[in-house]
Amino acid sequence: MHELAITQGVVETITERLPGARVRAVRLEIGALSGVVTDSVRFCFDLVTEGTNLAGASLDIDEPPGRCRCRGCGLEFSSADALPLCPCGSADAEVLSGQELRIISVRVA
Amino acid sequence: MCATCGCSADSTVIRLTADGPEQRAADGHEHLAADGSRTVVLQRRVLEKNDAIAVRNATWLADRGVVMLNLMSSPGAGKTTLLERTGRDLAGGQVIAVIEGDQETALDARRVSAVGCRVVQINTGAGCHLDAAMVARGLTALDPPAGSLVLVENVGNLVCPALFDLGESARVVLASVTEGQDKPLKYPHMFRRADLVLVTKVDLLPYLDIDLARFAADVASVSPAARIVELSTVTGAGLTDWYDWIADRAAAAGRA
Repeated sequence: MHELAITQGVVETITERLPGARVRAVRLEIGALSGVVTDSVRFCFDLVTEGTNLAGASLDIDEPPGRCRCRGCGLEFSSADALPLCPCGSADAEVLSGQELRIISVRVA
Repeated sequence: MCATCGCSADSTVIRLTADGPEQRAADGHEHLAADGSRTVVLQRRVLEKNDAIAVRNATWLADRGVVMLNLMSSPGAGKTTLLERTGRDLAGGQVIAVIEGDQETALDARRVSAVGCRVVQINTGAGCHLDAAMVARGLTALDPPAGSLVLVENVGNLVCPALFDLGESARVVLASVTEGQDKPLKYPHMFRRADLVLVTKVDLLPYLDIDLARFAADVASVSPAARIVELSTVTGAGLTDWYDWIADRAAAAGRA
């Protein structure tokens, strides 16, 4: 359940960056291969924001797919699976993107 | 142009005061909406704080020529037993300090302390992993001498510790033969960044149906550069390879 620590990190960064601001909405980017479960982040968000400037804020999460390159056949392909499987059948793939874990923006009143 | 939203840097963009060297070009500018709310573009990595402390830890260690290994595995794979054996076998040679991470109790710290290692216990409570700030406090408390070895025993968990850099010199993942051969594929995040995979408890192999060749192939597919060492703290098999690997790391740190 590292999503709790991840979500706490998000709230900390935002409250430090925008002290006192009434935050209405938060937009995150969590790549499909980041190792972070977006549903768990959503679950933690309301708990962690309670009593902070982010209380009641909505949460939008962009989930970019994983891009991988097969080390066997060289094909570039998309995968949302933590263990990307190339169409050729090989699981030996280099991850090119999809590991993003970023705070994109916040909307404040 | 803003890389996040594509807006141009005209009068609708308000720059906030820069707040440090990590400021990005797109960071902190705002978009005003018709309802009076404004959107502030942040573009910050969620783990930025942890990673910055990890870099500080790594610099601190490098300045002293200290090697720090981050040992990770599921609970019961044999991390503490390997630390005890390593502490005993290398006693009189390299100075070893240990950072023990567990949710509760100082049981592991006592075990490792009993073989003569300096040790600090970090109890994470509800936390499921060590982070760079915890390790920074542990390093301050341990104050490891130049040229020594710091072994970090992370919280037993094949998921969460994978995401948190500690500033370690290398990542060591343990998998015991009793856990079966499919761990690298089930927990690819953990194995993807492993520098060394230790297959533990190989003295039990006669009683198990596990395909270690399959295991090695799966490790290679998620982490092609990872080295694999099979060992047993009961028979002593493979321990020399483990100690040689540590010595190579220490030699590299000494040269740097």
